[in-house]
Amino acid sequence: MAERILKNISTRGLKNAVKGNEYRKEALISYGILIIGYIVLQLGASVGLIGKHLQGQFVPICVYVALAISLNLVVGISGELSLGHAGFMAVGAFTGIIVMRVLEPHLGIMPIRLIIALIFAAIMAAIAGFIIGVPILSLRGDYLAIVTLAFGEIVRNFMNVLYFALDENDHLKFAFNHTIDGITNDQRILTGAIGATGVTKAATFTGAMLLTAFTLFVVLNLKNSKQGRAIMAIRDNRIAGESIGLDVRKYKLMAFVVSAALAGMAGCMFGQNYSTLAPVKFNFNTSILILVFVVLGGIGNIWGGMIAAALLTILPEAFRQFADYRMLTYAIVLILVMIGTYNPTFKARINSVIDKIKPKKKKDSGKKNKKSKSGKEVA
Amino acid sequence: MGTVLTVKNINVYYGAIHAIKGISFDVNRGEIVTLIGANGAGKSTTLHTVSGLLRSKTGDIEFLGESISHTAAHKIVSMGISHVPEGRRIFQGMTVQENLEMGAFVTKQDRIPENLAYVYEQFPRLKERTSQIAGTLSGGEQQMLAMGRALMSDPELLMLDEPSMGLAPILVDQIFEIIQNLNKAGTTILLVEQNAQMALSVADRAYVIETGKISLSGTGEELARSDEVRKAYLGG
Repeated sequence: MAERILKNISTRGLKNAVKGNEYRKEALISYGILIIGYIVLQLGASVGLIGKHLQGQFVPICVYVALAISLNLVVGISGELSLGHAGFMAVGAFTGIIVMRVLEPHLGIMPIRLIIALIFAAIMAAIAGFIIGVPILSLRGDYLAIVTLAFGEIVRNFMNVLYFALDENDHLKFAFNHTIDGITNDQRILTGAIGATGVTKAATFTGAMLLTAFTLFVVLNLKNSKQGRAIMAIRDNRIAGESIGLDVRKYKLMAFVVSAALAGMAGCMFGQNYSTLAPVKFNFNTSILILVFVVLGGIGNIWGGMIAAALLTILPEAFRQFADYRMLTYAIVLILVMIGTYNPTFKARINSVIDKIKPKKKKDSGKKNKKSKSGKEVA
Repeated sequence: MGTVLTVKNINVYYGAIHAIKGISFDVNRGEIVTLIGANGAGKSTTLHTVSGLLRSKTGDIEFLGESISHTAAHKIVSMGISHVPEGRRIFQGMTVQENLEMGAFVTKQDRIPENLAYVYEQFPRLKERTSQIAGTLSGGEQQMLAMGRALMSDPELLMLDEPSMGLAPILVDQIFEIIQNLNKAGTTILLVEQNAQMALSVADRAYVIETGKISLSGTGEELARSDEVRKAYLGG
């Protein structure tokens, strides 16, 4: 018996090492993409290879990458379709703007102010995620998607009637559905459907990149924790998950709330990149856009979503002259991806091309290892 | 001996449908108890109610003397009831070992290696396939994996829902042999089966469920000999 246990422990260790490698590979690729992207964009901008227009997109690229990572937590890892991610982004953005303005007279150092704003944005978005997560996570599949869609719209419409201002004594004033009296234009923070105006931009490329790295860190670690495994087990088979004693609601809610908080932070950074920001920016199209990043990158594939988010933000800017055809191109790309991922013949053809291009040596060693392993198991 | 599970007069509804109409039974320590009955009689519903996935409107369920009729499903597992649901609900994308490790989610860390060794001892077939993706296992192996995973939480009571479903006769024999082995090793078993003959041959006691009520009960042998059961479930 003891021998058996020892043997088991050793195989366990081995397998964990393999799993550790998978994790390290995913982390390496994801962080690698971030670092390389940062260096390339920074160099490109300083050399003058990247135009002003595209440079203006640096922060949004980081934000969208972060949003893609955070949505992947719900769609890919937890396996629930969420169509209201822009709602959490909006909560974060406007919370951030208010916090920045309130702190402005008291705290001069911009980065610290931004960090505090990010924390508040995360908390508010997490609360929003919790409030809607509790009732809707007993729904499944399409029904959940519909309710999240409604949530996104509700948030946007709520922002449309929200008025915030600072009076002359720097006190925060709040009104619902009507303008605040006796306030000058400068003192306004949020003005209903017009949104935020006169925002002092605090977002920088480096800051946004750090936020993206933080998002990646949280999601990758959650994915590879005990909790992450529970979340994925429930996704794979809810009934089996219940039967082994997983608290389905708790783990689904955990994924949902963490994702919301991260989206709130990304939204906060996004809001700090524009001098004016209207709630209409966070409409259904934005939710779908983020979902498209996740789907294009491969559901559950974190670095795939990152690349998709970056490309789909850069490309429309780079091909500005074709801007009229942007939605058309989107549709075509999506259709091609659907065909490509769902059609075995097409997939096989692509794979054979990739096999030819791939360096032989690497492929051989990898495949041999796998084969010898599985061979042993069968025997 | 002592009673492990007592089900007292439970009534379960699916919306307006009265699925379980006042079922009562008990399971003693070390026994194999089986619930047999036709499709839709309420056998699986009963198991789901015991494991907390469904709630009974009235009546009470006691496990080791403690009422569990209002306890959350995930807590019931850590109390010592393991439910192997119908249809081999395994985690398709994970390896065999990962599936087993998931089964130990509520188990104390230091007990896991021992439980794992026990499961591999009972299911040598699984040991040969530790790192195979579970979805690629055969039906019989998947059933074994589902049972093995349930054992990882050190259950006092193991509830098996149709373990023979869709398996070749020789595999059914194997599964039932394993069930008996597990029972001999000290696990109390509550078994739900369509295959009445097989179930009655291993069971200490059996209950026949018909449209939400218990119509007959007795030892496995008694029921196997009873005319009613033979006519209804054993084909003459």
